[in-house]
Amino acid sequence: MKRLLRALVVVLLFWRRDRGGEGDLPVEEGGPEEGRPIRRDVGARPRAEGLVAALLVASAAASVALVVVLFTGAGTQWLGLTLGLAFGLLGAALALAASALVPREQAIEERPGLAHPEAQPPVEERLRSPREGVSRRRLLGAAGAVAGTSLAAAVAAPLTSLGPAVGNSIVDTPWRRGRRLVGEDGRPLLAEDVPSTSFVTAFPEGADRRELGSPVVVVREDPATLRLPRERRDWAPEGILAYSKICTHAGCALALYRRPLYEPTSEPPGIACPCHYSVFDPRTGGTVMAGPAGRELPQLPLEIGPGRELLAGGGFSGPIGPSWWAVRHT
Amino acid sequence: MSPRERAARDPLGFIDERLSTNRPLRKALRYVFPDHWSFMLGEVALYAFLILVATGIFLALFFEPSLATRTYQGPFVALRGHEVSAAYASTLAISSTVPAGLLIRQTHHWAADVFAVAIVLHLVRVFFTGAFRKPRELNYLVGVTMLMLAVLEGFLGYSLVDDLLSGMGLAIAYGVAMSVPVIGGDAAHLIWGGEFPGADAIQSRLYIGHVFLLPGLLGALIAAHLAMVVRQRHTQFRGPLRKEDNVIGTPMWPGYALRSIALLLLVAAVLFALGGLVQINPVWQWGPYEPWQGTNGAQPDWYLGWLIGALRLMPNLEIVIGDWTLVPNPFFGGVLFPSIVFGVLYSWPWVEQRFLTGDFARHDLLDRPRDNPRRTAVGAAFFAWVVTVFAAGAADRAFLSVGIRYETQVWLFRIGVFVVPLLVYLIAGRIARELRDTDEHPWRGHNAEDVRRTEDGGFASLEP
Repeated sequence: MKRLLRALVVVLLFWRRDRGGEGDLPVEEGGPEEGRPIRRDVGARPRAEGLVAALLVASAAASVALVVVLFTGAGTQWLGLTLGLAFGLLGAALALAASALVPREQAIEERPGLAHPEAQPPVEERLRSPREGVSRRRLLGAAGAVAGTSLAAAVAAPLTSLGPAVGNSIVDTPWRRGRRLVGEDGRPLLAEDVPSTSFVTAFPEGADRRELGSPVVVVREDPATLRLPRERRDWAPEGILAYSKICTHAGCALALYRRPLYEPTSEPPGIACPCHYSVFDPRTGGTVMAGPAGRELPQLPLEIGPGRELLAGGGFSGPIGPSWWAVRHT
Repeated sequence: MSPRERAARDPLGFIDERLSTNRPLRKALRYVFPDHWSFMLGEVALYAFLILVATGIFLALFFEPSLATRTYQGPFVALRGHEVSAAYASTLAISSTVPAGLLIRQTHHWAADVFAVAIVLHLVRVFFTGAFRKPRELNYLVGVTMLMLAVLEGFLGYSLVDDLLSGMGLAIAYGVAMSVPVIGGDAAHLIWGGEFPGADAIQSRLYIGHVFLLPGLLGALIAAHLAMVVRQRHTQFRGPLRKEDNVIGTPMWPGYALRSIALLLLVAAVLFALGGLVQINPVWQWGPYEPWQGTNGAQPDWYLGWLIGALRLMPNLEIVIGDWTLVPNPFFGGVLFPSIVFGVLYSWPWVEQRFLTGDFARHDLLDRPRDNPRRTAVGAAFFAWVVTVFAAGAADRAFLSVGIRYETQVWLFRIGVFVVPLLVYLIAGRIARELRDTDEHPWRGHNAEDVRRTEDGGFASLEP
């Protein structure tokens, strides 16, 4: 460790010594080759030579240690440490060699000119040469452009097989009237399974859970506080409400439920998305309370079956998931 | 002497007789690199890219780009018995049972973050020193393109793993793609092969993009970037003997080559030390992704922070006609905002020529930021704008650590995106003008000495 620190100090010292003074020397007449030196400082510093050698040997030791660590199965930390040291010590050796061993040079080089205007007329002439003797140039040019664009379109056409058109794939969901809600464990969800302190995730029985139209978040609110739109009066039996679990902003899963501890002072309940913090009001039919979502959360009508199990009363109140061009805005 | 002995004794001659290398080699060994620490930033990016390729090849030997499910039986106890994708399971295996696998995976992730940092700092250096001016506009465009590709490449990389965090990122990407007017819905369905989470082929598409298309493109652009630098030679700051038509600095051999290889080794040292010692993206803690699951406190890698900030800051505006959506909300933060940022970056050389300087001449000597106070002021305001939006992306973390209400912060940031750039514009312009007029160093103060010509032709100091 001490040696490492000393190496660091020496490196810094040499670094500083190499600075400044450049350009103090007059420009010498250089040889014919590019990059002629205007300052040249030859002769390795004896102490630096020893130090470079020590750093190189230490790097080799770290490399050996890496192999040992790898085959004894010690942890990732040891691997990172030894490999980092192997690279770092070698890098320090080279940096020190560059500043204290090899000739230290300042060189001057002419910058090449870029433009060659005198060469332009011949190039243009050469480029125009295919036109010689061709009289119906515009016809050929137009036909060529048609051929080019048509071929490009034809070659690009197979790209359409990458996926289907958007169509109604998002508007269609597995929810139908009378379909039972099942919980994450796959068992039918009973009205009593929905607590008033948290939310429950549910799916349509037997459907593909990964489909965006499947998951719903089920919450229980005091029926007296509900202010659902008139046509949804019967959608929340006993104050149990279900909403699509996919945020209408960018399609993340709603994963946060704000439950008021004491309503007069704390905020009203809200279902929130952890991606961009859109918050939806479960009491008013999923209207946006805060955040960037532009559409309300689609609500799923619920019914309670004879065995107290929760059933869908139909499809969602609107299109689920992120919006797109021409989606119905409800 | 047999030909073999000759080849061994004179390898340069051996190659020269076959490929005519001696002349270009003689020139290359004396190629001059101007000295300034800020010229190293681009090199750090280049070396981080090399580490990315090397560690990426190792990872590709173990990673399975497939969404086929299997029951996890590995060493992570909490995940045993869960149905997980092959992609996620193989990443868990790399992180646990493959010797040195976790080191390489974490180094790869760290290298991606450092790669993006180095590119951004390099861009800032190029911007404020006017290095993008004629004749380097084309190379500047290549550089800005590489920044864009680096961000995309990083996003694809961590999206491959199919852990909960990466799935949430993909869901947002899908929402943003859907939001593009007219073509968005169909384009997103083409990319994902159907409605999100998409066909299993999405994994192959992300994979080929991440390990072949984008790295290939980046490699080609890096080659073009360097070739253009060599063609035009490097820019340099003003100084004794330095002129528009020369380059002064350290020649390639031996000084600069040694120094640059040392930088490569030190970049590698830092990245491997980070990869071994500092945990990053512990996917076994996030768990596998399911579209109905989300986690709180989710943050992307830093180079996407400006986009999540923009998505969160945007008020819930959607452009609607009657009952039909024309422009969904994620378009503004996810598409329009980055388009404006990259539009400004791409067009800046010409905007500056046309509206700020009217200067169409070739420049090989760099400006200091003070030499062009208007560019410095506009540039500082522009970067401050992006940084403000970036900071807004971390407002939820600030709420947890400092306790300022999230909604309050969002409103502060919404005001901030207008006020901060304006303030920065005024302050940066003022500082630049002051420094230009006094010629003082920002923190070392007055750098020059005032002298007086004496009667006998010498100079005398005016300092007391």
